[in-house]
Amino acid sequence: MRILTEAVAPVTADFSNDTWWIWLIKAVAIVVFLLTSVLIAIWFERKVVARMQVRPGPNVHGPFGLLQSLADAMKLLVKEDMTVKAADKLVYIVAPMIAVFCALLTFAVIPFGPNVSMFGVNTPVQLTDFPVAVLYILACASVGVYGIVLGGWSSGSTYPLLGAVRSTAQVISYELAMGLSLVSVFILAGSMSTSQIVTSQTAVWWFLPLLPAFVIYIISMVGETNRLPFDLPEAEGELVSGYMTEYSSMKFAWFFLAEYINMLNVSAVATTLFLGGWRAPWPISAINDGMFNEGWWPVLWFLAKLWTLMFVFVWIRGSVLRFRYDQFMKIGWKVLIPAALVWVVAVGVVQGVRQFSGLELRSVLFVLAGIVVVGLLISFLIPEKKQPVPPQRPPGPQEYDPYAGGYPVPPLPGQVLPPSPRKQRAAAAAADGESSTTPQVTQEVHGG
Amino acid sequence: MSALPAALLESGETTTAEAVLFWTLGPVMVLAALGLLFAKKAVHAALAVIVVMISLAFLYVAQDAVFLGVVQVVVYTGAVMMLFLFVLMLVGVDSSDSLVETIRGQRWIGLLAGIGLGVVLVGVVGRATYGPPVGLTGAAVDDNPTGVAHIIFGQYVFAFEVVGALLVTAALGALVLTHRQRLTPRVGQKERADARVAAGATLTPLPAPGVYARHNAMDVPALGPDGQPLESSVPRVLRVRGQEADAEEFAARTQRVLAGVSQVRGNPPPKAAPEGAAVNAPDLGAAVSDSGQDGPSTGPAGVIGQEDGK
Repeated sequence: MRILTEAVAPVTADFSNDTWWIWLIKAVAIVVFLLTSVLIAIWFERKVVARMQVRPGPNVHGPFGLLQSLADAMKLLVKEDMTVKAADKLVYIVAPMIAVFCALLTFAVIPFGPNVSMFGVNTPVQLTDFPVAVLYILACASVGVYGIVLGGWSSGSTYPLLGAVRSTAQVISYELAMGLSLVSVFILAGSMSTSQIVTSQTAVWWFLPLLPAFVIYIISMVGETNRLPFDLPEAEGELVSGYMTEYSSMKFAWFFLAEYINMLNVSAVATTLFLGGWRAPWPISAINDGMFNEGWWPVLWFLAKLWTLMFVFVWIRGSVLRFRYDQFMKIGWKVLIPAALVWVVAVGVVQGVRQFSGLELRSVLFVLAGIVVVGLLISFLIPEKKQPVPPQRPPGPQEYDPYAGGYPVPPLPGQVLPPSPRKQRAAAAAADGESSTTPQVTQEVHGG
Repeated sequence: MSALPAALLESGETTTAEAVLFWTLGPVMVLAALGLLFAKKAVHAALAVIVVMISLAFLYVAQDAVFLGVVQVVVYTGAVMMLFLFVLMLVGVDSSDSLVETIRGQRWIGLLAGIGLGVVLVGVVGRATYGPPVGLTGAAVDDNPTGVAHIIFGQYVFAFEVVGALLVTAALGALVLTHRQRLTPRVGQKERADARVAAGATLTPLPAPGVYARHNAMDVPALGPDGQPLESSVPRVLRVRGQEADAEEFAARTQRVLAGVSQVRGNPPPKAAPEGAAVNAPDLGAAVSDSGQDGPSTGPAGVIGQEDGK
């Protein structure tokens, strides 16, 4: 029985011309791109956060302080490499490597652009692609978290262990929401291969029709990368620095590297799945019959979108405080996951109606909008819940003696200060002079 | 990945690459499986399972079951084993299980059941026969996920739904069994704050411990505006343990300091130190100079001079 009426090609990108040295060039280029991007990202983050806090940021090493992160990397390299005595040696050393290696894997399936001529070979600007590429990205991310979890556990110390436990809970809850938000893209694109998803966004980028899924993805991607406001596994205020407390020198640097590569990863996934991948934004894409969607130009659009999302990361960090742990979990389980589930079901129903009944998408959307409006109107008819009656206060403002306890005390709600001595004296003088106008004694009632 | 299709040729022979992969991953998996059995720490056993699972995923992918391989990692390695680790870590960092048998003779029963399972497996696997290989083009008509979808939602849709219902029931059962009825209204941050205000308790943070010229530690009470030591400035734990420094001593010292201050303020400093203060003369001097700072005329001398000059 054929359920899908329209069969789509599993993978759009054509890798048939690739030779082994093309593969090697692409793989090396990806690693070099990621490592240099991390150096730039660290500088970028420090500079942007600094500007948001009205200070110059790094500006000593190199032009605009560009070499600051290189200097930091050198410092980390030559620092003393400590292995704590209580550590579980093997796991302790392997954990940062797991984090970095898994972070490096994701970009293998990210399309930077369409087919180009690379040294005379016609090949896509993408290392590889297969029918379940996005699931592969999720798999790499979920294995990468083992680096954090095992790093925290193997340190044999309390704070890292707490960080690791938090990290597991965070991953279990936020990966669900993340995966569910991606499902609606799969449904509309009809594929899980990254190149196919980019091709499906020729007419409209998915972030517009799938706005709720996009919002859920943006929130959960911040949670997935342990960034503020979701950096509870390394909350320096409570857990020193969480899972990496006992790490120093290069092993610490590996965790650092993994975190920034992961930021690039989730930004690249958001770009590819929701923001049209390497496709040029609308006014540019119309120029000269799509000239800017061919050749090497798309790499520029891809990088621009990637760095816009990186800026969003920094922006969020610069403006939002860290969540309390229970609130964080509540958001994940009680808001994001149910919302993502409802949205997936809605998208599935709409897509099913479209495919099986042959209805226009527009009429389906109108019907849905009508249902939403009717639901909204009905919600106005539901009587409001009665507010609990506040405790009765004695009527009228009451005077009190502010010096009763020996110290001057400000009035409580419902109390009022007696007129000041000066005003009392003025009132007395006025009464003595028997003037017709009685001086006004202003009384300020505090509270409600 | 495009090199991997046609791993299983029409003839049923595996390619060299797949054979190499299998003979590399096979020993790794066997070692990891043995590690699961013999590891002392529970977390190490869990790690061994993860190694087995990821290796298995590689083998699936090599057999062109890409979807199965990736889902194996996402679901089992990424979610189920992560949950296992979570529980193991919550239970304890190195909790080694006690080897005392709680059920009598369970070891022998377990051994017997294990041998029985082994016999059954050997019998079934030994007699299993395979049909002729159909090749990948025959097995997966479209790409891999579409083929899997056709099988799950076509051929096995009933079994799939039943398993889904079973899992949902199990999850609901766990929820019902662990559910506790709330007997009292929930006390949150706002309720606590309101109660504190209504009870007239301290709204501000408690005062910090005292800082003295010769003693700066958690165990010394600070002095209040009235010069009396503040009990609440010493952490409660220290007070309960009785590790608080003697408040009386500080009170007495304060009295002496206050006496000195009143003399300084009232008239020129006395020629002879007052009685009792002689022993603690340096303390008194330091304390007087400290407490003298809240006098009215002790701003920086330069500032006063400037004001006078203008």
